Amino acid sequence: MTDRVRFALFAAGIVPLGVFLVWAVAGLSPFGYYPGPYGDVVNAIATAQRHVLNVATAVNFDYRGFDTLGEEYILFTSVAGLILILRERRQTQGKRTSLGETERADGVGALSLVLLPVIVVFGMYMAVHGGLTPGGGFQGGAIIASGFLLAYLGSGHPAFHAIGKIEILEVFESLGAAAYVVIGLAALGLGLSFLQNFMPLGGRGNLVSGGTIWAINIAVMLEVATGLVIALSEFLKEIEP
Amino acid sequence: MMHVAPYVIAAWIFVVGLYGLVTTRNLIHAVLCLSVMQSSTYVLLLSIGFRRNAGAPIFSVDVPPGTPAVDPVMHALTLTDIVVGATVMALVLALTMQVHRKTGSIDPHKARSISG
Repeated sequence: MTDRVRFALFAAGIVPLGVFLVWAVAGLSPFGYYPGPYGDVVNAIATAQRHVLNVATAVNFDYRGFDTLGEEYILFTSVAGLILILRERRQTQGKRTSLGETERADGVGALSLVLLPVIVVFGMYMAVHGGLTPGGGFQGGAIIASGFLLAYLGSGHPAFHAIGKIEILEVFESLGAAAYVVIGLAALGLGLSFLQNFMPLGGRGNLVSGGTIWAINIAVMLEVATGLVIALSEFLKEIEP
Repeated sequence: MMHVAPYVIAAWIFVVGLYGLVTTRNLIHAVLCLSVMQSSTYVLLLSIGFRRNAGAPIFSVDVPPGTPAVDPVMHALTLTDIVVGATVMALVLALTMQVHRKTGSIDPHKARSISG
């Protein structure tokens, strides 16, 4: 297919797409005037029903908990696929594209390693406060993984792979992914629906509140943090000196 | 005009990403175009749930439940969207490395004879 044919096809497709987009936007309610009713219903009942203050978290990990399970497994499968592709590639190719190791000042390396535990604790703080303030397992996990990225940037490959041992990370990733399903199955075992909230809800506004919402947030944090660090580790092995 | 501006912006981001995807000669650039297209869905979802003079759907002692808030369902959907986008991007980038190994190029025009 030449560039000309390709562009002609694009032009032929973009015109009807434009017409449909204009039609669709014309049918939406004006910006700033949310028509409801789902958001209003959830906002009205979530704090009383589930004892969490962040309603988006209640939707994610309770009312729509089954969808989030799928979301977590998209992450799990992506990381597994990434590992498969890159490891197979390294084994058959042998030679890697090396960018060489950059010289770093000792102070930069030391600071990056001092900051790592601080960032990990902050990520955990974000995850456990998911029901109270903006945050949750996904955000907390991403913050924890960023600490490991900083350790690589400051201290280089040997330190990164020494801290983030892939065998240990893989165990924790599997634990995080399994814990979500186990919580869902535990509800079944008690005669409730899959992923129904069965744990004590706790006082509204307390750190430990929301029942399974709190527990699932921690499982997701574990899965996201380790999954991202594993992906990072596999990509960094590609440019290892 | 202000009533539809965010929807128009979402459509514009989507089309710009699509244009880049169609005309690109570099697979890494194509992955980034895909990511631009996906960003349009964040803008669209959050715009649909937005309500004038309403706060975030997070309550506290100062903002008691019952205060006007925007749609939390759209916020939850956007969160899902971002997570899926980031992980799929990592996977597609790994596939790009595989294409480069098999064909020695990341130009999609030259990489058509990929096999195995």
